[in-house]
Amino acid sequence: MKKITVCIGSSCHLKGSRQVVEMLQHFIAQNKLDEKVELTGTFCMGQCQKGVCVTVDGDLFSVTPDTVKDFFDKEILANV
Amino acid sequence: MRVFDTKVQHLKYKVLREVARQAWAGTLLQNMLDIPKIIVPGKIPTMRCCVYKERAILAERVKIAIGGNSANPNIIEVIDIACDECPAAGYSVTDSCRGCLAHRCEDVCKRGAISFDHNYVAHIDKTKCIECGQCAKVCPYSAIVNRKRPCQNACKIKAISIREDGAAEIDNSKCISCGACVYQCPFGAIMDKSFIINVIDMIQKSQNNTNYKVYAVVAPSISSQFSYAKLGQVVTAIKKLGFHTVIEAALGADMVAAAEARELAEKGFLTSSCCPGFVDYIKKTFPALVPHISHNLSPMAALAKWIKSREPNCKIIFIGPCTAKKAEVQLEKVKPYVDAAITFEELQALIDSKDIDLTKLEEGVLDNASYFGRIFARSGGLSDAVAQALKEQSIEFDLKPCACDGIEECKMALLKKSKNLLDANFIEGMACVGGCIGGAGCLTHGEKNKTQVDKYGKEAMEKTISSAISVLNM
Repeated sequence: MKKITVCIGSSCHLKGSRQVVEMLQHFIAQNKLDEKVELTGTFCMGQCQKGVCVTVDGDLFSVTPDTVKDFFDKEILANV
Repeated sequence: MRVFDTKVQHLKYKVLREVARQAWAGTLLQNMLDIPKIIVPGKIPTMRCCVYKERAILAERVKIAIGGNSANPNIIEVIDIACDECPAAGYSVTDSCRGCLAHRCEDVCKRGAISFDHNYVAHIDKTKCIECGQCAKVCPYSAIVNRKRPCQNACKIKAISIREDGAAEIDNSKCISCGACVYQCPFGAIMDKSFIINVIDMIQKSQNNTNYKVYAVVAPSISSQFSYAKLGQVVTAIKKLGFHTVIEAALGADMVAAAEARELAEKGFLTSSCCPGFVDYIKKTFPALVPHISHNLSPMAALAKWIKSREPNCKIIFIGPCTAKKAEVQLEKVKPYVDAAITFEELQALIDSKDIDLTKLEEGVLDNASYFGRIFARSGGLSDAVAQALKEQSIEFDLKPCACDGIEECKMALLKKSKNLLDANFIEGMACVGGCIGGAGCLTHGEKNKTQVDKYGKEAMEKTISSAISVLNM
């Protein structure tokens, strides 16, 4: 089980965390990964300049609505 | 720069700030008894008959600032020795009475309580007078005044009486902890208990948020406060105090609006559950209407529940305008989610206890909620948000809201409802006049506050309730 945590604090929210969450939910459903990937949110990871902050099992990634597809393919789809 | 409305607030603030300073330094226990002397250092009294009385009262204020009398369950406490035992004659005729011919006062009095002496001057028979105030209203000379005590006048639910020794007394079975008396007593003899030292302790033990995170959930009425600085600077200051981050309680309001709309459509009639004063009022005064209270948690508690379900060991502190919130966080169903509630007054004291200059800070960001969540802070906002939530969720329901502003309006609506005379299916009840922006824990109360809240609402990035809460669906 992989755990993806998306920062939904103010700074990341302004940079598009809602879109990132919606797209991740879409990709997870599309690839039928509900059993293998857990998606959750947290308010602020303390790395606001890197937003939208996303962690995968604790490793931090900087994602934007434009790069979320790449991120998902490389970090999630390739590793489950 | 006007930070507070009154000097009583300023005095209370000085006590809180000093208590906080000592608590941060870990010297509160040793120096607690010296705090009154730190605040009133000289030999010349500035407030009371002598410095000794001033210090004795300050010692009582210190007690309340560190949590108050734990044997008294009420958040609101009377400081007996600070109570000036104001005359409480009710309506009385002053020497402005000219002994006129019209006698409007006599005509308007339905109880026949007004008579005239040989100089044609009016007198009120106290055994007949019911304190309705009609005579005062009609007197062309304004010769009849209400000598009601400010605390009793402020308490519209009549929870304050006068003890035999003259001091004010609060009936806990009626009091809803709204804090109206706290704000109105000109001697500062009624105070709300403070839990700032618990907050300082939680922050310190978090070891810079490494042991656990400490979240600040702030009420949207903050947009009308700290007017001498920018909201973003207040956000930075809260983080500088040691909080992990700041989150808008208004996001919880978005959650509540969505859920309340569904519950309303299902049940057909509801009274709102956001305002702890209003909920407590129904429980204490209209128990028959309790089944109609919305089952939703308040915005504060709903959001805190979401956070704690994902991070059980974190601490959540609510910062708002409200003294009744301090009572709400002690309720069994809220206790697991919110660890403490403090007011804007107390936040100001905490910021200054660390000598943080708000006006020199960088601006942080605060943007979690929608316009609709944010306008919960003022009267009518909740009803607007429920209407929007019905629309967004395509729920067919003919909403007829009754937005009550202040506990007197709440009382009228509840009375009508209990007699089946109310033409509405949703009572939005706010115990404070104007809604939360009129809360007793606000630094300032002003005409512009509503405009400030609406302006802040419009600045929200998310324009709909569903878009704001969509990130919580995971």
